[in-house]
Amino acid sequence: MTGNTEKIKLKLAKRYAKEKRFRLYGISAIAVSIAFLLSLLINISVTGFPAFQQTYVNIDVDIDSKLLNLNSQYSEQDLFRANYSKVIKQSLKTMFPGVKGRKQKRALRQLVSKSAIYQLRDFVINNPSVLDTKQSLWFLARDDVDVFMKGGIDRSLPESDRRLKDFQLVWVDKLLAQDRLEKRFNIGFFTEGDSREPEQAGIKGAIVGSLLTMLVTMFMSFPIGVAAAIYLEEFAPKDNKWVDLIEININNLAAVPSIVFGLLGLAVFIGLFGVPRSVPLIGGLVLTLMTLPTIIITSRAALKAVPPSIREAALGLGASRVQTTFHHVVPAAMPGILTGTIIGMAQALGETAPLLMIGMVAFIANVPQGITDPSTVLPVQIYLWSDSPERAFTERTSAAIMVLLGFLIVMNFLAVIMRKKFEKKW
Amino acid sequence: MKNIYKSTMVVAVSSAILSFSHLATARDHIDVVGSSTVYPFSTVVAETYGKKTGGKTPKIESTGSGGGMKLFCAGNGINTPDITNASRRIKLSEYNKCQKNGVKDIVEVMIGFDGIAIANSKKGPTFNLSRRELFLALAKQVPGEKTGTLIDNPYTKWSDISWNLPNTKIEVLGPPPTSGTRDAFAELALQGGCFTYDWIKQIKKDSKIAKKSGNKTLASQLKKKYKTICHSVREDGAYVEVGENDNLIVEKLRANPKALGVFGFSFLDQNSDVVKGAVIDGVNIDFEAISDGSYPISRPLYFYVKKSHVGKIPGIKEFIAEFTNEDTWGEDGYLTDKGLIPLSDDERQKMSDSANSLTPLKM
Repeated sequence: MTGNTEKIKLKLAKRYAKEKRFRLYGISAIAVSIAFLLSLLINISVTGFPAFQQTYVNIDVDIDSKLLNLNSQYSEQDLFRANYSKVIKQSLKTMFPGVKGRKQKRALRQLVSKSAIYQLRDFVINNPSVLDTKQSLWFLARDDVDVFMKGGIDRSLPESDRRLKDFQLVWVDKLLAQDRLEKRFNIGFFTEGDSREPEQAGIKGAIVGSLLTMLVTMFMSFPIGVAAAIYLEEFAPKDNKWVDLIEININNLAAVPSIVFGLLGLAVFIGLFGVPRSVPLIGGLVLTLMTLPTIIITSRAALKAVPPSIREAALGLGASRVQTTFHHVVPAAMPGILTGTIIGMAQALGETAPLLMIGMVAFIANVPQGITDPSTVLPVQIYLWSDSPERAFTERTSAAIMVLLGFLIVMNFLAVIMRKKFEKKW
Repeated sequence: MKNIYKSTMVVAVSSAILSFSHLATARDHIDVVGSSTVYPFSTVVAETYGKKTGGKTPKIESTGSGGGMKLFCAGNGINTPDITNASRRIKLSEYNKCQKNGVKDIVEVMIGFDGIAIANSKKGPTFNLSRRELFLALAKQVPGEKTGTLIDNPYTKWSDISWNLPNTKIEVLGPPPTSGTRDAFAELALQGGCFTYDWIKQIKKDSKIAKKSGNKTLASQLKKKYKTICHSVREDGAYVEVGENDNLIVEKLRANPKALGVFGFSFLDQNSDVVKGAVIDGVNIDFEAISDGSYPISRPLYFYVKKSHVGKIPGIKEFIAEFTNEDTWGEDGYLTDKGLIPLSDDERQKMSDSANSLTPLKM
């Protein structure tokens, strides 16, 4: 008797140790994943955060109509076409007298963004009375100045290793001393389309493009996916080899690499139906193909989870099969279906590979107005910026990643809330 | 009730089809495809054009030179691109395909040069390489001691090739074969070094002779032979393919001071605080050296315009005018800020004239 107890005690200790070890493995696995996630998030936020600020530079602009090449009777057209870059060049020269040499003159122009020309143009067109007056105006600073203001350029490096040379730093110091350089919240990042000048680049185009594409995807994939799931789960004959074949194919499609759907979209929608390239319509159609299997599979799981007693009760009370399905089963399964759809959409939101094939990986500066205007989507914008040579794009890349992550978190959060709110316990 | 439902369905479907066909005919923006090397320049011009004129900014896709040509030459329809960018000249085969598909008049515009940098971290030694040494370091097979023989590349360290090179492992990061930069690198750097061996160069001469005498099969055989020798890059790990992202190569060079990287000059220009270019055949890579042609690894960049689309798609002429403006591609133009090496004054004048008068290309 005592021998047995001893044996059991020994074994018990071993079992406890085993359990402890397993818990330790589990915790360390979670710790490692959290460490990876945190380092990624911290890295992205640290690089991306500066992008939410933008340096502005103040310049006294002498809006001389002679320099603008305007005579006394100018039309709106003349105002639009006038040479504003000359005016800005001249104003900078007055602010920094004694700049000589082609290289230095050129560098002086590069203190302000190229957008200053168009900003000044719009300002003059809206207020023609400012002609031949001196105005103190704030313009976007060039990317190099902006990077410097955010501490991205180290003054102590030898001159040849810096993007800003010594003479440029003298100008920047002078501007700083006169309070003519200022960091402000970067509204443009959220209200502008893409640009090749980092200081002007914004993600509005990509956000609107993503929203339009997702709209198309939702309006296509939700009805088709749910209808297919309902038919397969509630109406399709059981033990039919065709139904089995379809089932296997749907499960397979869910695992097909997304680029394949891009090729399919290229061949069918663009090649056969003549849908234009690079528009949210084609993007949405291709992503529909990609999300359909996900939606069908999750919707079927949700329908399957509705207890058979509900169906039997409804049928027993004399409801038809269609009535049973649409009045009782589908409403009960709706939270699960919606969760699956949202997760499928979130997946589609982060997709780039299939869009490469259908021309959505492109430079598009205009913000799209509808589903037939060329546009890109958020992940593509991130990819394009990460591939740009200009240094200032690195922070914008990370900032765009933050925005995309924000959208994904909101969508997944919505899915969780819906599930919590509408979930039924049987 | 059911009938109403049915008829609305019919209307919806037919209007959807109608709107598709309507889409196929109306386009108010210029469609540009092509080389990823020209992309950074083309996009800046497109943006400036859009802001200046207030019209729609052209859409620019980066498909690679070959992919662009394929789309461009697919036909004359409004669904095909109006302009394609290329980091090399259009090939005769591509030109013929264009002609066959009805794209008769193509306007060729050379916009400037792009240098390919061989660079390493600022922390590492400055490399002083000849193209022959580059070829010996990276070719799959190198000439053996006896003329006409090839052996598998035996070199593992730079100092194995020449005593005055550093005693470090050969490790070069560069673009994959799908990239135009890789094509140009093989063509200009590796083949340049390859042809310093007389017997390999002789193969090319023989191929040309065979072509002239009408023996096409022999000519293409010989051509293939020297291309295989000169363009094959070793696969034993000394050359690492890093994808088409040049920023990634720069990042990796920063982390690994012993490695060299191959990428476009504009990336060297933007990251001059991190990496430095190697001296090739005694010439330092900079603006002037690429512009006057003394830096050996540089190539011209082009774009091609479909003449039949001028007038159908608004703004093509204005876009060409913007591209060929002195403020754009001139020596002080904004494209030089982005790393484009301008053409000479004469060439710019000539190009601008032929481009703006839409003179079609003859091959």
